[in-house]
Amino acid sequence: MSTRLESLGRLIDRSQPMTFTFNGRSFKGYAGDTLASALLGADQMMLGRSFKYHRPRGAVASGAEEPNALVGLGQGGRFEPDQRATTTEIFPGLVAKSQNHWPSLEYDIGAVNSLFARFLPAGFYYKTFMAPPAAWKTVFEPFIRQSAGLGAVPEEPDADRYEHLYHHADVAVVGGGVAGLAAAKAAAATGVKVLLLEQSAHWGGRAPVDGGEIDGMAAEDWVSASVAELEAAPNVTMRLRMQGFGVYDHGYLIAHERVGDHAPGEAAPRHRLWRIRAGRIVTATGALERPLAFAGNDVPGVMLASAMRDYLVNWGVAIGRRVVVVTNNDDAYRTALAFKSAGLDVAAVLDARASVISPLAQAAREAGISVLEGRGIGAVKGRNRVSGVLAVRQQGDGGAGEEIACDAVAMSGGWSPVVHLWSHCGGKLLWDEADAMFRPDPARAPSGADGAGFVLTAGSASGALTLAGGLADAHAAGKAAGRAMGGKASRKAAPKAGAEASQPIAPVWIMPEGAGPAKRAKMWLDFQNDVKVSDVQLAAREGYQSVEHTKRYTTLGMATDQGKLSNINGLAVLSQALSQPIPATGTTTFRPPYTPVSFGAIAGEAAGELFQPVRQTPIHAWHEAHHAHWEPVGHWRRPYAYLRGTETPADAVTREVVNTRENVGLLDASTLGKIVVKGPDAGRFLDMLYTGMMSTLPVGKCRYGLMCNENGFLIDDGVVARLDDDTWLCHTTTGGADRIHAHMEEWLQTEWWDWRVYTANLTEQYAQIAVVGPKARAVLEALGGMDVSREALPFMTWAEGELGGFPVRLFRISFSGELSYEIAVPASMGQALWDRLWQAGQTRGIMPYGTETLHVLRAEKGFIMIGDETDGTVIPQDLGLNWAISKKKDDYLGKRAQSRSFMASEDRWRLVGLETLDGSVIPDGAYVVAEGRNANGQRNMQGRVTSTYYSPTLKRGIAMGLVAHGPERMGEVVTIPTIGGPAIKAKIVDPVFYDKEGAKQDV
Amino acid sequence: MLILECPYCGIMADETELTPGGEAHLKRATVGSTDDAFESYLFDRKNPKGVHFERWRHSAGCGKWFHAARSTTTLEVYGTYAAQVSEPPKELVAKIKKKCPGWEGWQ
Repeated sequence: MSTRLESLGRLIDRSQPMTFTFNGRSFKGYAGDTLASALLGADQMMLGRSFKYHRPRGAVASGAEEPNALVGLGQGGRFEPDQRATTTEIFPGLVAKSQNHWPSLEYDIGAVNSLFARFLPAGFYYKTFMAPPAAWKTVFEPFIRQSAGLGAVPEEPDADRYEHLYHHADVAVVGGGVAGLAAAKAAAATGVKVLLLEQSAHWGGRAPVDGGEIDGMAAEDWVSASVAELEAAPNVTMRLRMQGFGVYDHGYLIAHERVGDHAPGEAAPRHRLWRIRAGRIVTATGALERPLAFAGNDVPGVMLASAMRDYLVNWGVAIGRRVVVVTNNDDAYRTALAFKSAGLDVAAVLDARASVISPLAQAAREAGISVLEGRGIGAVKGRNRVSGVLAVRQQGDGGAGEEIACDAVAMSGGWSPVVHLWSHCGGKLLWDEADAMFRPDPARAPSGADGAGFVLTAGSASGALTLAGGLADAHAAGKAAGRAMGGKASRKAAPKAGAEASQPIAPVWIMPEGAGPAKRAKMWLDFQNDVKVSDVQLAAREGYQSVEHTKRYTTLGMATDQGKLSNINGLAVLSQALSQPIPATGTTTFRPPYTPVSFGAIAGEAAGELFQPVRQTPIHAWHEAHHAHWEPVGHWRRPYAYLRGTETPADAVTREVVNTRENVGLLDASTLGKIVVKGPDAGRFLDMLYTGMMSTLPVGKCRYGLMCNENGFLIDDGVVARLDDDTWLCHTTTGGADRIHAHMEEWLQTEWWDWRVYTANLTEQYAQIAVVGPKARAVLEALGGMDVSREALPFMTWAEGELGGFPVRLFRISFSGELSYEIAVPASMGQALWDRLWQAGQTRGIMPYGTETLHVLRAEKGFIMIGDETDGTVIPQDLGLNWAISKKKDDYLGKRAQSRSFMASEDRWRLVGLETLDGSVIPDGAYVVAEGRNANGQRNMQGRVTSTYYSPTLKRGIAMGLVAHGPERMGEVVTIPTIGGPAIKAKIVDPVFYDKEGAKQDV
Repeated sequence: MLILECPYCGIMADETELTPGGEAHLKRATVGSTDDAFESYLFDRKNPKGVHFERWRHSAGCGKWFHAARSTTTLEVYGTYAAQVSEPPKELVAKIKKKCPGWEGWQ
């Protein structure tokens, strides 16, 4: 019987009762309760079912290490699965439900798995699901999908908001127990900037529960005084409900602040992710009590001794009226004494140690508690809750013993320092034989930018498990951290506590040590993932020696609690099975996060529209008003086509292509990269960057250029215009602008830094509009101003002037094969110019066209597109672009690479046109196959299709592709298989399908 | 998440502000080089366990390239300096030699 007592409960406010529901039933708790304490106070022992065997489970811990008491919290847009009841503060109206059962917590069909436990051993999914192959789809996969996963997935979008926060501190102290407070005080006394964070809603950690005096005060009073002192210090920032969950290189600490979990609503962000840079990080993260591995240690009512003490002292909840304590160390006696002094019955303390003479044990005996030496638990009676234990000799096989009736079991297998944060960034551990634990090795701390260790540990996180020892250690750590950050010397003395005499722990990894197979199959190591002693032993017998492999094979420590309770016990059992000392086995790697962090907190504000801001051209709103079907191009949105009436995008593209070829089209080309390169050495620089010669380009002229990287591969193309004697304007692809600008800067800054050249990326400073088609000139003439005749402005030239009152730079360049002008104006005039052109074109059949029409127009002309014809492995020579490579230059980026044997090979796949015999359109990404098969039995390949479209101009499918010896095979018919359809026959042809002479663009 | 001091801005820049650029002080091989020398320029990198000279760009800051000398094992940063040099500053090399007696040097 788990009940709320009239007395005790230092953290609850009985004047503030509140109601909440669990599995639809109404419960009462008090302000200050956790969900676990409130439920336990109402005798709700069973809180969930286990993952694999669906065994009934209750809370085993009282904090972040809890493996069992996971619930689904909240409703609708605020539902979240797998929340630990032990760290969830209750609030009026809280709604929680238990997990992993059907139809109800009490009656669960899945519990039948328990009966088949011997068919679900360690690594069962490697063994059970092997054959027959057909069973995978019909039996195994549905079974796994049915049973896999913990909790339920939220069905609605998250209703809460989250934010990121950046913080800098000289010293960050993680953990607000007495060690953290002492460390923060010592660091603050040196004058440096200190951040102190605590995962729970309360300062002081365990000390107020465990008792003891600090500086002559009760621990609780010392905590209050210390908090007041730190709050008054101007150089200290303090945060509760904030978990420092990960330590990264160079003092980067990430923390998760639960701002609104205890008071949901719109008022505040639910969680905050703190991204902290600290000079030194002091981890005062305490220690976790280890369970003992005895048969039935997972029955609800079996709990860590320290947790049972927490529920009693902090929340006034007695987990049982008659308790058995089982231990191998002194600390659990504190639980026995606390129960006794609360007027509850302690049936016995079973101490695995052969003889117990420590002062705490003596105190228990004096309080009238029966202490049974050399004993352990052989079995736990009861299924849904504890009804008794079988007390047996620890050194026996558990066969015979004495039954003791009880309704709760408090267990303690010793303590493990929380070394996670220390280890995240490479801090090493050593095995402490005396205290049977891994603790940080101060000589091998993770090092920072200055080469010194940047993580220090404080208190029990260092392995200093006594109050006096822990305080001294924490004070020293805080002081050292402050001094390392340039703090001044401080005379502040370490807090003092009385020394405690204690008796050493006796390591117990299996209880009793001679337990047979049946018992070992009921000894849980990892409660959440249902891993037992027998599973780890089986893994060892099957040849698993590495702790990392055993972890993955058995799933030990792989659940949401990341093995906080199971890790050390598991590797100790493995060590025993392998007959080797524990340090020879070692630990698995500790990785962030220490506790689960919400996805919302990780995303912060970067959700919805802020996830990836969209780049818009100055004409964006017009496109939207004219039914643009959008296409993402890099971060830009560009119209793919403009839909009219009931048109499909394909219909619209056909209409736009025909109209542009016959009348005139309007294209928003503002996204095109525009980089100005200027300076006395700009020509020389561009000659190195482009394969062609740019230094000889006359002012007023344009030239098409190709850019390669040092490996010889084509990375970008575009038209270069010479603006004046020492200024060039380089157009890049839409997606290439930032990349090519960075590429230019890299070479300028790191190779040719003595060349006098400046670059500026002016892409967004200009709007650029292409007017394309036979009637383009008429449209421009209607605007008036500049002479746009062939004589005044021939093909591949540019001029500056006024057009319809707009100051423009007018380029006679064409990516369509038609008469074409590209007009650049300051971005702010882009929409106005577009409107004027639109008006002027109304009597000439003007239509806007999108990116797909642009693609079709260029493909009909055999113009390449970076990203279609190129994929990072294609050189200009592959594309028949030798005409754009200067033979006169000694060097350019990529020149040397293009003469490497494989690059110069005649066998490279080269660009050709492909014309289907039946006029159909070849699917995207298709391959051209050759005779025979390769060593893997796959069809041999001789080429691939790079661009394929329906050409409205030619009224048939056209394609470009790279084919082995392609240009020498004109007229040959090749085979192109399709997925699920008949192979397509296509003829190799010239890639220029339309206006081969180029007459139309040069009018 | 490293922090490196940008020698141009003089600020301690978070790794999120920086773009890595691989090994520093490579000598460009080009037209006229042997196949082996050119292949080595393109692909051979020291990838040392220990002291490493590397290129970084303060891409979300001033946009400048700089060099950093850093230990790939301890993450200690020995120093950062402008990219417009063909070898690391002598004082920096001396400092690293003093700290790492067994170090074979930057070349």
